[in-house]
Amino acid sequence: MGINKQDSGKVFFNGNDISELQINERAKMGISFAFQQPVKFKGITVYDLIRLSSEKDISKKEACQILSKVGLCAKEYVDREINASLSGGELKRIEIATVAVRNSNLTIFDEPEAGIDLWSFNNLIKIFEEIREKTKGTTLIISHQERILNIADNIILLNNGKVEKVGKPKDIENAIFTKAPCCKLGGEI
Amino acid sequence: MEEIDKKMLKTISDIDGNIEGAYNIRKNGKGIERKVTENVNIVTKTDKQGIDIYVKENTKLEFVHIPVIITESGLTDIVYNDFYIGKNANVVIIAGCGIHNEHHKDSQHDGIHRFFLEEGAKVKYIEKHYGEGTGDGKRILNPITEVYLKDNSNLEMETVQIKGVDSTIRTTKGVIGNNANLVVLEKIMTNGVQYAKTMFEVDLNGENSSTKVTSRSVATENSVQQFESKVTGNAKSFGHVECDAIIKDDAKVIAIPSIIANNVEANLVHEATIGKIAGEQLMKLMTLGLDEKQAEQEIINGFLK
Repeated sequence: MGINKQDSGKVFFNGNDISELQINERAKMGISFAFQQPVKFKGITVYDLIRLSSEKDISKKEACQILSKVGLCAKEYVDREINASLSGGELKRIEIATVAVRNSNLTIFDEPEAGIDLWSFNNLIKIFEEIREKTKGTTLIISHQERILNIADNIILLNNGKVEKVGKPKDIENAIFTKAPCCKLGGEI
Repeated sequence: MEEIDKKMLKTISDIDGNIEGAYNIRKNGKGIERKVTENVNIVTKTDKQGIDIYVKENTKLEFVHIPVIITESGLTDIVYNDFYIGKNANVVIIAGCGIHNEHHKDSQHDGIHRFFLEEGAKVKYIEKHYGEGTGDGKRILNPITEVYLKDNSNLEMETVQIKGVDSTIRTTKGVIGNNANLVVLEKIMTNGVQYAKTMFEVDLNGENSSTKVTSRSVATENSVQQFESKVTGNAKSFGHVECDAIIKDDAKVIAIPSIIANNVEANLVHEATIGKIAGEQLMKLMTLGLDEKQAEQEIINGFLK
């Protein structure tokens, strides 16, 4: 997304070198990013943010439909400010809504399942499926959750910042769950 | 009324054609149009410039407009307006001041507004300040607002300084009775070398009296803003003052809070925050495709909404 610059190498998106592009330039090319820790504002409402997220003019009614998808009663939330009066779970779901509305070619979720409280995991999966259905694009999910693995088409296993393995869920799961035994203090196993 | 007057009326009071309720329009130091209603009477003062506004008791939600327009360069207009609000009356008062200065002399309007609310009265007071014109004469506004709230009454004041005011010193004083409540919401934006000073002084004298003062401001370029507040709790009371400022470029913001509790049951809070726009807010909006300038504008618009 361009929030952090790559240490080395280049970043390509749909064949284009985007290594030097700004965040907003990458967004315009069709990349979306859902923050792990949603950002709070002062005065900006849920509707404002959904309106800014959507590339076309969006009515309050349409914004409400999107909020319903992330399990928020739209009437109660659409005019609320995105500030500390909302719980972590509520903020997270609004964050997911702002990304879902963009219909991007590549949608990146940074630990989407973290802090979604009572809202069920299945609903989150439904959102991912809907995005895929609508955009026919790619959804990249950064996660520590085992359950997320089951819905993935491909998994990239990162270990200490390095790509350890790339493959189908079945192949990767073995690599994840056959861990090296824990080293006890003093080096004795 | 000239075209320019109509345009300014629209900006400061949202008046577009017909005006609902009672009104008094003042231009260049003189009243030019007035309408009274069955419940709202407006009388010209005889000892000094200004008007007395009387609202009958038990008036059910009515609107009163008292806009001021100044188009004459070099004019200093000082006006005293007193509002007497009867028991259990409910009114919305919209006062605005627009200065259009095309010349090099300073234009100044000082509105001294006093509100006397009887028991159970309810007032929403909206004040908008706006300056325009290409002249180098300064546009100066120094409003003084005094609010006296009797038992169970309630006044909500919303003041907005939109743009183009070179210098302003705004003084607001409140004396609050039993179960009475004063809410003040102030929004200011300054740029260039503008100066804006705000002083709030509220005495919570009555049992269960309360006040909530919120100031949101944006200071840009070389402008200077100063926010001073003094809330005194003399009885079982609640006071909350919040001053929140966004600072940009070479601007300067000074916040001087003061809360004084003279009673063990007085509960007073002051919060003051000054800082630049949070980097993460810019980042979030940029991930939605906005460039840095657009993101900054959206954050400021939301903040001052």
